[in-house]
Amino acid sequence: MRYRRLKAIAVKEVLQIWRDPRSLMIALLLPFTQMFLFGYGVNLDLKHIPICTFDREGSQRSQALLKRFQASLYFAIARNVATYEEMTAAIDRGECAAAIVIPSDFSERLNDAGAAAVQAIFDGTDDNTANIALGYAAAVVSGYSSDVRLSSVNRQGRTLEQPQPLAVQSRVWFNEDLVSRNFIIPGLVAVIMAIVGAQLTSLTISREWERGTMELLVSTPVKSGEVMLGKLVPYLLLGWLDAAFCLGVAALWFAVPFRGTLFTLFLTTTLFLAAVLSIGYLLSVLIRSQVGASQIALVVTLLPAMLLSGYVFPIDQMPAFIQKLTYLIHSRYYVTIIKAIFLKGAGIPELLMPILFLIVYALVVVVLAARAFRKQLA
Amino acid sequence: MFARIIPIVIKEFLEIRRDKSAQFLLVVPPVLQMLIFGYAASFEVYHVSTAVLDLDHSEESRELIARFTSSNRFDIVKVAQSQREINESIDSSAAAVALVIHAGFSELLRKGQGAPLQLIVDGTNSNTALLALGYINTIAAEFGQDYVTDLTQRVQGVGGMRQVQVTLQQRPWFNPDLNGRWFFVPGVIGTLTLVIVVNLTAFAIVREREVGTLEQIMVSPVRPAEFILGKTVPFFLVGLGEVALVVAVGLLWFRIPFVGNPLVLLLGTALFLLSTLAVGLLISTVCSTQQQAFSTNFFVLSPFFILSGFSFPISSMPLVLQWFTYVNPLRYYLVVIRGVLLKGVGTDVLWPDFLGMGAIAAALLALSVLRFRKTLE
Repeated sequence: MRYRRLKAIAVKEVLQIWRDPRSLMIALLLPFTQMFLFGYGVNLDLKHIPICTFDREGSQRSQALLKRFQASLYFAIARNVATYEEMTAAIDRGECAAAIVIPSDFSERLNDAGAAAVQAIFDGTDDNTANIALGYAAAVVSGYSSDVRLSSVNRQGRTLEQPQPLAVQSRVWFNEDLVSRNFIIPGLVAVIMAIVGAQLTSLTISREWERGTMELLVSTPVKSGEVMLGKLVPYLLLGWLDAAFCLGVAALWFAVPFRGTLFTLFLTTTLFLAAVLSIGYLLSVLIRSQVGASQIALVVTLLPAMLLSGYVFPIDQMPAFIQKLTYLIHSRYYVTIIKAIFLKGAGIPELLMPILFLIVYALVVVVLAARAFRKQLA
Repeated sequence: MFARIIPIVIKEFLEIRRDKSAQFLLVVPPVLQMLIFGYAASFEVYHVSTAVLDLDHSEESRELIARFTSSNRFDIVKVAQSQREINESIDSSAAAVALVIHAGFSELLRKGQGAPLQLIVDGTNSNTALLALGYINTIAAEFGQDYVTDLTQRVQGVGGMRQVQVTLQQRPWFNPDLNGRWFFVPGVIGTLTLVIVVNLTAFAIVREREVGTLEQIMVSPVRPAEFILGKTVPFFLVGLGEVALVVAVGLLWFRIPFVGNPLVLLLGTALFLLSTLAVGLLISTVCSTQQQAFSTNFFVLSPFFILSGFSFPISSMPLVLQWFTYVNPLRYYLVVIRGVLLKGVGTDVLWPDFLGMGAIAAALLALSVLRFRKTLE
C-alpha cells in the first residue's frame, strides 16, 4: 500500500463528493432534518391524557375524587358525560383515552361497607398509553383512599393503627425524571449515523461502474486495498462531522445529560462509523447501480436500526429468536454504548463487550468488502 | 376516453407481470417486514431483570419477595448480599430493578409504621421504567392490603374493625389484555402500504421520464389526465391487493381481531390509496431521475411515518408538529384501520377521517395533474 496512491484516490473522492449535490445533501441535510423531526416527534412522555368523567352519583364525595383527577398533571378532563351512551361514543371517537365511572351507590357503599369501587374504562387500542394511564389513575385513587381512611378514623376519635403498612421509596437512576427524550435522542444519533453512513458509501463504487470510470481505475496501478481505504477516508471525515453535529444537538439543544468522556465517545463512534461505512461500500461493490445500491442500503439500515437496535423498543422484551437476530445489527451495539455513555457515564471497561462485538463486526464487513471488490476486478 | 385509458392500464399490468423482481418486491419484503415489526415493536414489559437484597430475613420479607417471583412481570436474576452488589448490578445493567428490604422491616410492618421497601430503578428507558414502577406499586399495595386484612382478622376476628378503602377497577376496552401487537400490527399495515404505493407510483413515472418513453406516450393522443388515470388504476389495484395481503397476515398469523365492517375498511382503504397515489404522483412531477425520486421519497415518507401516531402519541408532540399531522394521510388511516379492526366503529365515527383523506387526495391529485401538464410543455 502506497501513501501517494491512497492520497490520490482520497482527493479524487473528495472532489467527487463536493461536485455531487446528492451526496452533500445526504451528508448535511439528512442529519439536520431527521434529528429535529425525530427529536420532537418521538416522545413517549404522557401528560394531560384526555379523560371523561361519568359521575352517576353526583355527591360531594364523588366530586372530591374527580377533582383529584382534574388536579393531576397527567390527566385532563375532556368532558363530563351524563349517560352511558355518551361515554361510549366519546371513547369510540377517541375523544378520551379513558373514562372514570363513579357508581350511583358510591358514598352509600363507602359508609356502609367501608369499601367502594370506582371504574376506569380504558381505550386499550394503544396499550402503552392505557398501561401508563392505568398506573397514574391507580395512584390518584389510592391517594384518595388513604385520605378517606384517615378522616374516617379521625372522626371516630381513634388513632390509626395501620396508616400505611408499606412505604415504597423508589429512586430512579440515570434518567432521574424519566424523560423519554433522554433515551430516545442518543439512540436516534445511532439511527441517523447508520442511515447516512451507508447511504454515502453505497454510491461510491456503483458510481464508478455507472459512469464507466471503473475500467480507468483498474488500469491504473492502484491496488484494491488502496481504493477501499482511499474511498472510505473522506467519508469517515464526513461521518465525524455528522456525528459531531448530531451529538452536539443531542447534548446542547435537547439537553440530554452527558456523563461520559469525549474520548470514549470518539473511540466508539469511530468504530461504529467504520462498520457503517464498510457496509455501504460492500453494497456498492455488489450492486452496480447507484439507485439499487442506495435502496438496498436504506432497507438494510433504516428498519433494523429503528426496530431491532433497542432504540425505543427494548430488546429484552422481544421473542428469543428476534433477540438473536439483533446481534446481526450493528446499531444494536452502538445504541447500547451511546446510551450508557450519555446517561450512565460508562467508560471503556464497562462497554468492553459491545465494543469488542463492534470491532469484530467492522473487521468482518471490511474483509468481505475487500474480497468482493477483488473478485469483481478479476 | 376509456378507449385510451384501458391500453395504458393493460400496459402497466404487463410491465408488472414481466418484471419478476417487481413481483418479488411486492410480496416478500412486506410479509417479512410485517413479521419483524409484529414481533419487535412492542412497549410491553414482562420479565424485568430484578436484583433483591433482603437484610431482614423474616417471613414477611420472604413473602413480599415471593410476590415478585411469582409475577410474570419480574424475574429475580440476582440475590445480593450487600448494598454494593445491588449498586453494581444496576450499574452494569445486569438488573433493571433492585429491591432492598432493610433490617427491621417486619417489625415496622407489625407496628404499622410504614415499613420501607427501597427501590432502585434504571431509568434509562423511561417507558419501561415507568411501567415497571407501576407494577411494583401494585404488588406493594396488594401486599400491604393483604397484610392489614390478615392482621385485623387475626386480632379482632372476622368482621372486626374494617378498613375503609376505595379501589380502582380496571376495564380496558377493545384490547382486554393490553396486547401491544394489536396496536402495532394495524399500524404496520398502514405504514407498509404507504411506503409501497408511494415508491411504486413515483418510480414508475420517473422511470418513463428517465428512459425517454414518456415522450413517446405524449406524442400519442393520450391526454395528461388520461395518462395519470391509466397509471394510477393499476397501482390502486396493486395497493388493494397489498393491503389484503398484509391484513391477512395480521389476522391469520398475529390473530388480530376484525370486529368492524369490512366495507368500511374498504372505503377507508380506497381513500387512503388515492391520497398515497397522489403523493407519489406529485413526487414524480418534481423529479427527473430515479435517484432524485429515491431521496425525495425518503424525505417525504419519514415525517409521514413519525408524525402519524404509529407508535408515538400525537398529543405528546409540540403543537406545530401536531398541525402537520392533519395533512398526513397515514394519520387518518391509522385511526380508520384501528377503529375498524379493534373498536368496530363505523362511518358515523370515522367520517372526519374519511373527509381528511378525501380532501388530501383531491387537492394533491389536482395539483399533480396541473404540474404534470407543465412539465410536459
